[in-house]
Amino acid sequence: MHKFFTYCLLTVIGLFIISSPGYAASDTHAPEELNVKELILEHLADDYEWQIVSNGERHLAIPLPVILYSEASGWHLFSSARFQHGKSGYKNFHLASEGRYKGKIMETDPTGKESRPLDLSLTKNAASLLFSSLLLIVIVMTVARTMKRNPLKAGKGFVGMMEMFIMSIHDDVIKPSIGKDYERYAPYLLTVFFFIFTNNLLGLIPIFPGGANVTGNIAVTLVLATATFLIVNLTGTKEYYKDILWPDVPVWLKVPIPLMPVIEIVGTLTKPFALMIRLFANIMAGHSIVLGLTMLIFVTVSMGTAVNASMTVLSVIFTVFIDFVELLIAYIQAYVFTLLSAVFIGQARPEPRVKQKAALETNKPD
Amino acid sequence: MSLLTPEPGLLFWMLISFGTVLFVLMKYGFPIILKMVEKRRTYIEESLLSARKAHEELATVKQTSEELLARTHQEQATILKETSLLRDQMMEKARNDARKEADKMIEEARKQIETEKEKALLSIREEAAILSLNLTEKILREKLGTKEAQLALIDRLLDEIDLAKS
Repeated sequence: MHKFFTYCLLTVIGLFIISSPGYAASDTHAPEELNVKELILEHLADDYEWQIVSNGERHLAIPLPVILYSEASGWHLFSSARFQHGKSGYKNFHLASEGRYKGKIMETDPTGKESRPLDLSLTKNAASLLFSSLLLIVIVMTVARTMKRNPLKAGKGFVGMMEMFIMSIHDDVIKPSIGKDYERYAPYLLTVFFFIFTNNLLGLIPIFPGGANVTGNIAVTLVLATATFLIVNLTGTKEYYKDILWPDVPVWLKVPIPLMPVIEIVGTLTKPFALMIRLFANIMAGHSIVLGLTMLIFVTVSMGTAVNASMTVLSVIFTVFIDFVELLIAYIQAYVFTLLSAVFIGQARPEPRVKQKAALETNKPD
Repeated sequence: MSLLTPEPGLLFWMLISFGTVLFVLMKYGFPIILKMVEKRRTYIEESLLSARKAHEELATVKQTSEELLARTHQEQATILKETSLLRDQMMEKARNDARKEADKMIEEARKQIETEKEKALLSIREEAAILSLNLTEKILREKLGTKEAQLALIDRLLDEIDLAKS
C-alpha cells in the first residue's frame, strides 16, 4: 500500500512537470478572465457532444445524434457536429447562449420567435447511460451464464468477485431490511444498486467512456426514485395503507381535518424525494469538488509561476485524495439508495398488528 | 437552476435504458445468480450432511466388523475346544472298544483252548484206556496162560468185588 501511494505521487508530479508549462503557455496567450463557476456548471450539465479534449481553438469531441420534434417543423435528426461546438446554428436551430435554456437547442420560427422543441437528443449523459447499461447487462449476464453452466463450482476471478459482491448486498442489505418475502424484491434492488454503482464509477473516469455526470443528474435520480416509490406503494399491504389513511392516533387528529393522513401521505412522497436529492446532490457535489480543485491550477496562473506551481502540486494531491473519497462515495451512495429502498419496502409490508402484540408479549418476560 | 429541472430528453433515455436494464437483469440476471448460489448452498449442506452420515456409518460398520471378528475368534476357540474334546472322546471310545474286542477274543481263545484241552485229554484218556486194555490183554495173555494163574485171578477179583460190596 505504501509503495502504491509513493508510485501515485511520483506519477502525478511527473505528469505535472511535463504538462504545466504547456498550460501556462496557452493561458498566457489568452489572458481573459476565467469564469470558474461557469466552467464547473458547464461540465456538470449535459452536452450535445462528448467532449474529449479542448484547447482554446481546437476541439476534439465525439458528435452525438440530435433528435428533435417541434410542432412547427416535425421530426429532425442530425449530428451535433453541425453546431460546431455551439458556434453556429443549423436550419432553424441554434444553441441558446443565455437565459433559462442556456446551452439547449432552440428553434426560431419564421416570425423570429424562439421556442424550445421537444428534445430527445442522445446527449452525453444519455449516451453514457446507454453505454453503462450495456456494460452492466454484459457483466451480470456473463456472471449468470458462467454460474449457470457450472452451478456447483465456486466462481473464480471476476465472476467470483461479482458473486461475492452481489451476495454481500443481498445478504447484508436486502435480506435484513425487508424481512419476510425479500426474494420478491431482491432482483429489483440488486439491479438498482449495480446500476447506480456502475454509473457512479464511470462518472469518476475522466476519459471517454466515462466522465459524464449521470447519477448527478436529477432526471436520472428522478426515474430511480420513482421506481422505488412505485414498488413501495404498489406492493404495500393493507396494514401499511391503514397506517397512512387511518393511523393509530387520537380521533381529533383525523376528523374533521385529516391532519395525520395528510402528513403521512406527504411522508410517502418525501421518502423517494429524499432518495432522489441525496444521490443527485452527492454525486454532483463530488464532481464539483474535483472540478473546483482542478480549476485551482488555472485560477492561479496569473499569480506567477511560483504560486502556480505550488498550487498545482497541491491541487493534484487534493484531487487524488478527493477521487479516493469519491470512489468510496460511489459505493456508499449506491449502498444507501439500495438500503433505504429496502427499508421503505420493508416498512410498506408491516407485520399484522395481532402478531406484533403477540411478539411483544412473548418478549416481555425476558 | 437548470441543474434541478429534469430534462425531458434525458428522462426519456433514462426510462429506456433503466427499463431495459431492469427487465433484463430482473428476468435473466439476478434471479439466476441467486438461484445458483442457493443451489450451491443446499448442495454443500447436503454434502456435509451425507459426509457426516457416511462417517457415522463407517464407524458403525467398523464397530460391527470388529464385533464380528471378535465373535468369530470366540467361535473358533469354542469349535477348537469342542473338536479336541470330541477327539479325546472318540479316542477313548475307540480304545475301550478295542480293549473289549481284545478281551472277547482272548476269552474265546481261552475257551477254545479249554475245549481243545479237554478234547485232547479225552482222546488221551481213550488212547490210554485202549493202550492199557491192549497192554492188559497182552499181559493177561501172558500171565493167564496157566490154569492156576487164571483161577488165582478170578479169586482175587472176586475178593475185590466183595470188598467193594461190603
